[in-house]
Amino acid sequence: MKSIVAQELVKSYGKGGVKALDGLSLDVEEGTVLGLLGPNGSGKTTTVRVLATLLTPDSGSATVAGIDVLKHPDEVRKVIGLSGQYAALDETLTGWDNLTMFGRLYHLNSSGAKKRAEELLEQFSLTDAARRPIRTYSGGMRRRLDLAASLIVKPKVLFLDEPTTGLDPRGRMEMWGVIDELVKGGVTLLLTTQYLEEADQLADSIAVIDSGKVIARGSADELKNQVGGERLEITVEANQIADATRLVEQVTGVKPSVDHGIRKISAPVSNGSASLIQVLRLLDEAKIHPLDIGLKRPSLDDVFISLTGHVAEVVVGLEVGGKNAAKRK
Amino acid sequence: MLQSVSDFLVITKRQLLQMIRIPEVLIFATIQPAMFVLLFRYVFGGAIDSGVEGGYVQLLMPGIFVQTVAFTLAATAVGLAADMQKGLIDRFRSLPISRSAVVIGRTVGDTLQNVVTLIVMGLVGFLVGWRPSSGPIKIFLGFLFLLAFGYSMSWIGVIIGLSVREERVAQNLVFMTVFPLTFLSNAFAPTTGMPKILQYFAEWNPVSTMVAACRELFGTENVFGATANSWPSQNPILMSLIYMFLLVAIFAPISVRKYVRVSK
Ligand SMILES: Nc1ncnc2c1ncn2[C@@H]1O[C@H](COP(=O)(O)OP(=O)(O)OP(=O)(O)O)[C@@H](O)[C@H]1O
Ligand SMILES: [Mg+2]
Repeated sequence: MKSIVAQELVKSYGKGGVKALDGLSLDVEEGTVLGLLGPNGSGKTTTVRVLATLLTPDSGSATVAGIDVLKHPDEVRKVIGLSGQYAALDETLTGWDNLTMFGRLYHLNSSGAKKRAEELLEQFSLTDAARRPIRTYSGGMRRRLDLAASLIVKPKVLFLDEPTTGLDPRGRMEMWGVIDELVKGGVTLLLTTQYLEEADQLADSIAVIDSGKVIARGSADELKNQVGGERLEITVEANQIADATRLVEQVTGVKPSVDHGIRKISAPVSNGSASLIQVLRLLDEAKIHPLDIGLKRPSLDDVFISLTGHVAEVVVGLEVGGKNAAKRK
Repeated sequence: MLQSVSDFLVITKRQLLQMIRIPEVLIFATIQPAMFVLLFRYVFGGAIDSGVEGGYVQLLMPGIFVQTVAFTLAATAVGLAADMQKGLIDRFRSLPISRSAVVIGRTVGDTLQNVVTLIVMGLVGFLVGWRPSSGPIKIFLGFLFLLAFGYSMSWIGVIIGLSVREERVAQNLVFMTVFPLTFLSNAFAPTTGMPKILQYFAEWNPVSTMVAACRELFGTENVFGATANSWPSQNPILMSLIYMFLLVAIFAPISVRKYVRVSK
């Protein structure tokens, strides 16, 4: 069963302003994770806000957990959890105050709200900070508390808008762990991200969006295959490039491409590891010692570039994918 | 129905909690009007010949009370704008709560804050010679009137807060409107000195009718008003009630609609 369906959503801000959504359609199977991957301004937040009943689209339709978002927003709100792009908490109150307040607003009784707050603080390792005002929390702690607040009554469908943006690598790993747990618990998750690596890691299926439209859809593997299969890449000393290139061609049957600047030879292969072993053996016999050799699958970065024609904007230095993208630019 | 009552009470409780968590806010919100009492009492009190028994302070206190509760509008506008800015309003809007809970909770919360402020101001006033002479029931009614006026002003604040979405803009906008309103009135000085046209304005001004009503309820002759002999200045209690009714009847539904549609 589909837990989230969006059809032909269109949304412009202001009169005749930017078209934030331009016929966006997507669907998410119950109990799975969809990663909505797109650069700044591509319409991720707008999509989430429409699905979470905060924003009315100009046209199009959507259902969440089988409920029509436009006709029955009140019913939708009972089954969703939302953690927006920026933590939305009462800064002057403590973590405990915030969670019990939201618990009461989810219509738990007083003792129920307290019990749930305690559980969540424990689950998100915030028990020690529970009695401190949010304004003393670090970015990562806020993010976790914000997520906790969206899980007070176990939602059927969860929306997380860039849950790890602004977190340091350790904070991201922690957040990924938390999200993994949630998904094991059976929630349907729509997650937006600018991090290709994150979508790869967390999502069962990925929708790449650009300028308010889904431009590609599939599992991480499918998207990578769309760009091309595995490649064998070898880096050697400059004076050995010619010999090595010949050997690679002999094994793969294709004329390899050579980048003399970084002394890299690369060629597409169909039976990756077998070719790798064969090439290594031939190189060894020819007394050529490669500086680097390996099989490379296209990264989601490659996918992104080949789909959108531009590089995903990534926050400086947070991930390997980002560096690759920058290098290629 | 019961559910929506408990929803707005949670929001109100949040505001009371804020007061406990940062007491400075309430302390300053109280010190400011208390300072006004002292300044007006001792700076203008000597210069203005009031001609009422007990002196200028008897006329001043209702004026300052009304000015203070009129500024509930500011508290509401600024508080809501801050919540908008932080994305809290969005979060509330994604919860399964009644559509009016957040705005009702806010207006009620700001009114409760007024209770504390009014008590402190009343005590300061008493210390500097304010002696309401109308008996406990009318005095109580006077304070109730003030709270009700503050509550109805608060609804204008809701609309401002949800419209500007930015704490500072809300602050400026509010001061620009409420201050002239409180000074173009009979709150601190007689309206006789104003040009005739302003006298009419001052007498129709809800702040004036409120001040006149409170003077009546606290048992002081309103020697500062009614120079233009307009109807509101002769029926201040009735006119104030009409104003309050109109404010809530007009602005509450608009506010709720605005809340439902507001999108950052
Ligand atoms: N309130 C608004 N008023 C006007 N334009 C807006 C508003 N919100 C978003 N937009 C515009 O709509 C487009 C999509 O914005 P959206 O916030 O959905 O993008 P996003 O994918 O979430 O970007 P980011 O990665 O930066 O969060 C952008 O061009 C943005 O400038
Ligand atoms: Mg966004």
